[in-house]
Amino acid sequence: MIRASGRWLRRSPRSAPGALAILAALLMIASPVNAQAQAPEVVLDSVQEEQARALASELRCPVCQGMSIEDSPTELAVQMKNIIREQLAAGRSPDEVRQYFVDRYGQWVLLKPEASGFNLIVYVLPWAVLLGGGAVIVVGVRRWTRSAGGDDQPAASTPSGQ
Amino acid sequence: MKWSRAALAMVIAVPVIALLVRSMGNDPRIIRSTLVGRDAPPFELAVLESEVLQMQEGDTIRLSDYLGEVVVLNFWASWCGPCRIEHPALTAVADAYRARGVRFLGVLYQDQPESARRWLDQLGEVYPTVLDPASRVAIEYGVAGIPETYFIARDGRVAHKYFGPLSVDTLVTHLDALLAEPAPAAESMVGNP
Repeated sequence: MIRASGRWLRRSPRSAPGALAILAALLMIASPVNAQAQAPEVVLDSVQEEQARALASELRCPVCQGMSIEDSPTELAVQMKNIIREQLAAGRSPDEVRQYFVDRYGQWVLLKPEASGFNLIVYVLPWAVLLGGGAVIVVGVRRWTRSAGGDDQPAASTPSGQ
Repeated sequence: MKWSRAALAMVIAVPVIALLVRSMGNDPRIIRSTLVGRDAPPFELAVLESEVLQMQEGDTIRLSDYLGEVVVLNFWASWCGPCRIEHPALTAVADAYRARGVRFLGVLYQDQPESARRWLDQLGEVYPTVLDPASRVAIEYGVAGIPETYFIARDGRVAHKYFGPLSVDTLVTHLDALLAEPAPAAESMVGNP
């Protein structure tokens, strides 16, 4: 059996505010609907409101499937949106707020990965495949039209011909 | 003609196969958290009341209280099925490794304390759990689903993050490795508030 040793267990010296805080916390946990309703206490100006919305749309909801925290009704997403609002209200820039979440969840939390390093594949590969496919079609059509014109030797004209 | 086609096929296939082989070698439950290698985010949270552990309302636990010891920080909830699966392993290893300087701490994730209390009364409780209202500490740690467990070294740095139910073997492997690390120098432990 474990004994609560004083070294790592600390009793709050001011019990009344502590108890109130815990009561408030319990109430919030007990009723998620209330927690959501009470959430936007932070007052932002219109620019910050727009920044908060834009940031929330960029960030992945960690407990959802490919959904932003702006679109997710989950409690974690609501709490993350609260953090965005608090940090913007405290004067942090959108980049700093974005970095706060990247520092904790990694690049994964960004629905649109940054175009650098390994991530570049996501941006470059579709274009490379498109260009490559286009080149194959152009070459194929040229050969086909040439062979249709009957200029080439018949043996080398068909793609399957060896 | 044949050779150029074969070369083209190789150029496309080899990177894809290499990527698959590399990914298959990884344990998907060991998540490369951005936190690994950095100081564990500090916190002070109210405990879940416990008669067994003699913890009452108003008691708090700070992560820094455990500095100098290996800490296993486990995010859990009573509604989480896999948490029930790993609970016997956590309690058994917590008991076995207490004397060697390993502290286990549960963090309740989006759950009602009453439900958590009933769950622990039913399944057993050998280490404390703290409450995390508004999931602030969970977000600080980048928790994306539970159970999630963080292994914190004696110098206060996050050594591993593990996603999913832990087994005794996995716990013991990680803990033995962390205990085998040399104890940190006293001055390097001052920075963590």
